Amino acid sequence: MTEPINADLLDESVEFSLAELCRIMGVQEQLVVEIVEEGIVEPIGTARQHWRFTGVAVTRIQRVIRLQREFDVNLPGAALALELLDEIERLRRGR
Amino acid sequence: MEFKDYYAIMGVARDASADEIKRAYRRLARKYHPDVSKEKDAEARFKEIGEAYEVLRDTEKRAAYDQLGRRPQGEEFRPPPDWHFEFEGDPGVAGGMHSDFFEQLFGGLGRRGARGGGFRSRGFDTTAQVEITLEEAFRGTSRTLSLQRMERGADGRVTPRVQQLNVKIPAGVTDGQQIRVPAQGEPGIGGEAPGDLFLQMRVLPHRYYRLEGRDVWLDLPVTPWEAALGETVRVPTLAGKVDLKIPKGSQTDRQLRLKGRGLPGNPPGDQFVVLKIVAPAADTPEREALYKQLAASMRMNPRQAMES
Repeated sequence: MTEPINADLLDESVEFSLAELCRIMGVQEQLVVEIVEEGIVEPIGTARQHWRFTGVAVTRIQRVIRLQREFDVNLPGAALALELLDEIERLRRGR
Repeated sequence: MEFKDYYAIMGVARDASADEIKRAYRRLARKYHPDVSKEKDAEARFKEIGEAYEVLRDTEKRAAYDQLGRRPQGEEFRPPPDWHFEFEGDPGVAGGMHSDFFEQLFGGLGRRGARGGGFRSRGFDTTAQVEITLEEAFRGTSRTLSLQRMERGADGRVTPRVQQLNVKIPAGVTDGQQIRVPAQGEPGIGGEAPGDLFLQMRVLPHRYYRLEGRDVWLDLPVTPWEAALGETVRVPTLAGKVDLKIPKGSQTDRQLRLKGRGLPGNPPGDQFVVLKIVAPAADTPEREALYKQLAASMRMNPRQAMES
């Protein structure tokens, strides 16, 4: 068996700039800007060129983009679905 | 390889209209989309549905597929020797992994690339679900993943190959978190970089702990006297047993916090202990007598708030 391969845990401790995020996810900056404006994720830092996104934000952005693309809904609709899914998950855990 | 009955997968008739196919896809996607579904095999089903839809929604691909005729799902299948499918449209919608069957029939993109069409694209990102136990999440672990890869040969033909990948999973992974394995997604086309592999982590339910983010919750059964008198009890944590002093006069549902005893991280999670008072059964004459003694001397009415 080969040596374990290098992998990054996408948690709060890893941060990406807007450009890095777009490269990783293969999306246009404009889409991420719209997601931020929709309040789906909150970057660290105020000016766009200084935005930092945590690994957790990456996961949320991916989910919302998938929901939007694969169910053919607009961004507010995908954001609503995402929040309801989070709520269901919390309720399911019973707390 | 196995024949795929795309009509059966989507649950539509062979003469279904484009609208009917779209409706069936939407309905199935809501049921099996991995982001919204709790079905056990959601991911595999969604990929299968996506692939079926990719073929049936495209008039060119659907016509080519229909030429193969009707065969039972799963029947051993080889493409006809004169099979030749090339398309000029997008390289597909979903971009996920396709079945061997699909790649053999419609994996014509590479041929177009090999022909010198100049098409270039970064490889698609791929995802895989990985389940670990709570103990593994606490300590860290590793997993050997078997990934089916499609390799494009010099002739543009696509052949499947299973590759084993050993991935280290760090301590402190919470449910729903992702691990990114760079450059282990689908290969790029025309010399572009490969995509990434995203591991979607699930932490399996535990026999007595519940996980919430990095915090660990535990219902702890205690006796009435342990709660009333405030005794010290042994409590399991992920790192081993600890002694916990129950505050005197505790009631059921009282929450106690063991700081930093949850999953590791920055900051680490806590363990929350929820006291659950368990009363002994009055199953011998002696115990019954004790209960009667309590009833006579305690004079307690727990339903006072409901009266008046």
